[in-house]
Amino acid sequence: MAAQTKQKRLISKIAVLIGLCLGAIFAGFPVFWMFLNSFKPNSEIFAFPPKIISDNFTLAGYHEIFSNPEKIRFFTNSYVVSISVTLLTLLVAIQAAYAFSRFDFPGKSTFNIVILSLQAVPPITLMIPYFGLMVTLKLYNTYQGLILTYMVFTLPYAIIMMTGYFNTLPRELDEAVKLDGGGALATLWRILVPVSIPGIVSVGIYTFMISWNEYLFALTLTRTQEMRTVPIGIQLLMGQHSYEWNEMMAMSILGSLPVLVLFLFFQRYFMGGLTSGAVKA
Amino acid sequence: MLHRLLGKLSSKKSKKVGVLRCEAGGSHSAAQPILLGISEKLMRRGCPVSASSLLRDRRGTSSLTILKKNLEPYAFISPTILLLVVLMVVPVGLVIKYSFYDNVIVNQFPKFVGLDNYFAIVKDEAFRIALVNTSMLTVGSVLAHLLIGLSFATLLNSGLISNFSKALFRMIYILPWLFTVAIIAILWRMILNPNGVINYILTTVHLTGSPIEWLSNEKTALLSVIFINIWAGYPFYMTSILAGLQGIPRDLYEAATVDGASAFQQFINVTLPQLRPIIISMTMLDLIWTSQQFALIWMTTGGGPMTATEMLGTYTYKLAFSQYQFSQAATSAVVLFVLSMLLAFFYVRNQKARD
Repeated sequence: MAAQTKQKRLISKIAVLIGLCLGAIFAGFPVFWMFLNSFKPNSEIFAFPPKIISDNFTLAGYHEIFSNPEKIRFFTNSYVVSISVTLLTLLVAIQAAYAFSRFDFPGKSTFNIVILSLQAVPPITLMIPYFGLMVTLKLYNTYQGLILTYMVFTLPYAIIMMTGYFNTLPRELDEAVKLDGGGALATLWRILVPVSIPGIVSVGIYTFMISWNEYLFALTLTRTQEMRTVPIGIQLLMGQHSYEWNEMMAMSILGSLPVLVLFLFFQRYFMGGLTSGAVKA
Repeated sequence: MLHRLLGKLSSKKSKKVGVLRCEAGGSHSAAQPILLGISEKLMRRGCPVSASSLLRDRRGTSSLTILKKNLEPYAFISPTILLLVVLMVVPVGLVIKYSFYDNVIVNQFPKFVGLDNYFAIVKDEAFRIALVNTSMLTVGSVLAHLLIGLSFATLLNSGLISNFSKALFRMIYILPWLFTVAIIAILWRMILNPNGVINYILTTVHLTGSPIEWLSNEKTALLSVIFINIWAGYPFYMTSILAGLQGIPRDLYEAATVDGASAFQQFINVTLPQLRPIIISMTMLDLIWTSQQFALIWMTTGGGPMTATEMLGTYTYKLAFSQYQFSQAATSAVVLFVLSMLLAFFYVRNQKARD
């Protein structure tokens, strides 16, 4: 009897492992292939039969990017825009979330519903009037234009998630300070914010990811080469000369690095914070 | 983590609050004029702090203070409102207006044409194809996302494997989520290339005689695009479902085991009902997002070949930025907007019901 259950357990374990490995091929193979191809000379990308590891291992793809100031500029732009969006979104969202979590005011539930539904506005719908609007506001082809645009898409989510986070903190925590003569602003920044670091980190990472990855607005709201971000830069590699696949793969790896690093360091916040926020929202 | 922090904080509370009172008074007087423009004198109180301030009665405060109190939440949300009105509400209003006019943007004085643009759109065959393709992409992706997300999360949550393997596989499974659309598009164009690795495998095991042009063949393009979208999107479900699975109380399963329920029955009768709220939220968000998908299609097939992978997003974009038919483009954008808002209505209602 005991031996039988043990055997049964072993069989299930093997089944689970086989399932996991099949899943890993589906999920991981394309990424693995990208990584390998970034070290091949361009002529061997489509070699027949495919070479797992090239005999002519080369860093040419990477070298090409690092030696070209124009391409480094894509990265600088992406970093400037994404970091600004992240900090500004947090600053604005934390204040709004505080109001939603700790105050009762006329119109609160309307604002709440509007913010929830704004998450669903299709970017392409905004696109048509945006061009004119950005030119009028003198924001076309500037960092400010991109930063403000991205904030429109990151704010609703950030506010919802931060409100959810503040709601989990007991009101007594800040009420005591308030009664004590500390104003609302002080209460927020000195009491709530320090306790909410895990939530803030999650929102920050998510915001950074959205801005780092954005494509449509980066494409239409910038005109000159020196304003382009990484996603557009990768696309530009496709048209210029013949396809430099190895270079594109190298740029893809480099372009994914910030998000990969964030993920490695803050994995816990990714899995827990993000999802509980999304679910709580 | 949070509890630990809270515990630490409350143990220090008495001491900390005392310090805060002074600092709070100072920082407030600086921030106040910016926020509300109300005399800062009112705020300069309680520093140095007397014990009686703790017991101060609210009735004693002036009407100005009450007004300030009432305006406070609006001050906190005003930057958000300002930004969202200027860059979200105004453009949406404009695009709706455009859809009722002729030759907008190009012509300085467009003519009001009522619903003409809408009739023109509905009569356009490309629009109808785009609508059908968008539905196929959306339904196909959402179903597959759910199925794959659920399977991977269940596998990862299995009690039979070690924590190390769990962490390793979870890491691999989440990979597609960490790449931007531009990269995903290029990656799959390389893999699905006629001389690419997928065709090599298929021809080697003789599943197909000649290499398939996955993305430029009318028969396979839509399926390929759906497949790529599935690959790119399932981790979002997986992580949420995994978090949900870990939140299901163990005793529910123990009770089911006592009742003699098989693993499959437990999954149907315990796991699924417990995950229902998460699954509904995810599905609705995914329906909204996938129906708006533009970037991935644009960078893999551009909507082609012919109209094989034309979506509402690419159709709208082409009308606007390659044909300069801004009125029709605005109309199509409004259709997409209304569809999204309809889905959002159910999403919001569902979220509110859960609160």
